[in-house]
Amino acid sequence: MQPLKPVSPGARLVLGAGFFAVFLGAWAFVTYGGHVPALFLASPGRTLSSGWSLLTEYGFLGDIAVTVFRVVGGFLIAAVMAVPLGLLMGAFKPVEAFFEPFFSFCRYLPASAFIPLLILWAGVGEAQKLSVIVIGSVFQLVIMVAVVAGATRPDLVEAAATLGSRPVSILRRVVIPAAAPQIAETLRLVLGWAWTYVIVAELIGASSGIGHMIMDSQRLLDTGQMIFGIVVIGVIGLVTDFAVKSLNRWLFPWAAL
Amino acid sequence: MSNKTLRIEGVTRTFPGRGRAAPTLALQPTSLEVAPGEFVAILGPSGCGKSTLLRIVAGLDQPSAGSVALDGAPVTGPGPDRGMVFQSYTLFPWLTVERNIRYGLEERGLPEAEQRAIAARFIDRTGLRGFENHWPRQLSGGMQQRCALARALANDPEILLLDEPFGALDHQTRELMQELLLEIWQADRKTVLFVTHDIDEAVFLANRVLVMSARPGRIKAEVAVPLPYPREWTVKTTPEFGALKARLMAEIREEVRKAAIA
Repeated sequence: MQPLKPVSPGARLVLGAGFFAVFLGAWAFVTYGGHVPALFLASPGRTLSSGWSLLTEYGFLGDIAVTVFRVVGGFLIAAVMAVPLGLLMGAFKPVEAFFEPFFSFCRYLPASAFIPLLILWAGVGEAQKLSVIVIGSVFQLVIMVAVVAGATRPDLVEAAATLGSRPVSILRRVVIPAAAPQIAETLRLVLGWAWTYVIVAELIGASSGIGHMIMDSQRLLDTGQMIFGIVVIGVIGLVTDFAVKSLNRWLFPWAAL
Repeated sequence: MSNKTLRIEGVTRTFPGRGRAAPTLALQPTSLEVAPGEFVAILGPSGCGKSTLLRIVAGLDQPSAGSVALDGAPVTGPGPDRGMVFQSYTLFPWLTVERNIRYGLEERGLPEAEQRAIAARFIDRTGLRGFENHWPRQLSGGMQQRCALARALANDPEILLLDEPFGALDHQTRELMQELLLEIWQADRKTVLFVTHDIDEAVFLANRVLVMSARPGRIKAEVAVPLPYPREWTVKTTPEFGALKARLMAEIREEVRKAAIA
């Protein structure tokens, strides 16, 4: 192995799949080998069969749909608020000076700590679930988008100015396109965090969703179902991540992402 | 052909010191008049304030004192009447070559057909035919600067400000770019203010060379270049060229030494 030397796509695939295999092997070893009581950790086979019954008998697909809806909904609301504001903050320093300290403060407020308050304000319905995700994502997004927009190359801004662009036009024709690929990457990252918040929101005061199912399974000591629920989240995360990455590559062919 | 006179009067630039550091005087009071259609080269050691002067003319930097006016109208900020090509590659990476060249025309709201016609003309003049739909990252450094030049020219500025535009290119590419620029200038006679630290480049292109002193910069000498246009690359081997070069070299060596010690 040479430092920084790239690996071929084939080898990358084999290595990536390899660790999944190692992990599964270790899991199988401790469960089938009887090294861990079945009560605490279900075996891979048990997990799969629990998952099958969840899907076929308990309408788990509905739970998945509800959770996906909450994540996407909350995340979109956060993005619609955060991206324009972040762009303005990045481009215009007085706007940044006005909002940045407050948002930096908000960024450290844990979204989960708002859950009891939000239940008081919004009940236990969808509004509360969406609010948790919005609170968890919006401040992070604003700050990150502002940083990305603020990192626009000043020489490009100057070139645009010497070609006759006024400030608003510079924002529209230089700052936004220059920042777009990085903003898309930021959105991809924060979408992953939104999944954490939705599960936390569903652990408390929910009657549907993946988090709710996990909570229910705990009461029944069904570790197979719990693990299956967690794995489903991981798989959805992996698939969206891959999809968003390809989308970004297609949207921004000029950037070597 | 340009018909506006650029007048720089007593322009000074002081950069405020950081913390307790004393402010830095980058540019001593400088006055200069550039007649329409002139090609003026500003030659100086690095850090002498020649780029600062150019940026002030472009409106990208404000003078601490003094004023710049184009045909009597004071310069207060950047504008399309003063096109600029930078040393760094400043094509917009998200626009193709053709869209980069159309940038200023789009800003002015010209009809698209007209934009395309103008862009096509400058694509031809800068030898970029066949690369209209390439992204900037697919172009060599020389091609990127040709495109940047085309983008500035397409906007039809009164004056062209060139800030060491070939500084990042290899020697051979650089010489080709000089010939291209000269060819365009000889045809259009647009006023050019060209900043460089390359003596050959200054003598080959300009009809007047201003030598700047080491920081804090001031214009310490003015040398007219009486070599007739149109010039070919062969002019570089003539005794007249050699004599001018020797004279400028003597002027600038002293400043480079000062800058190196400072």
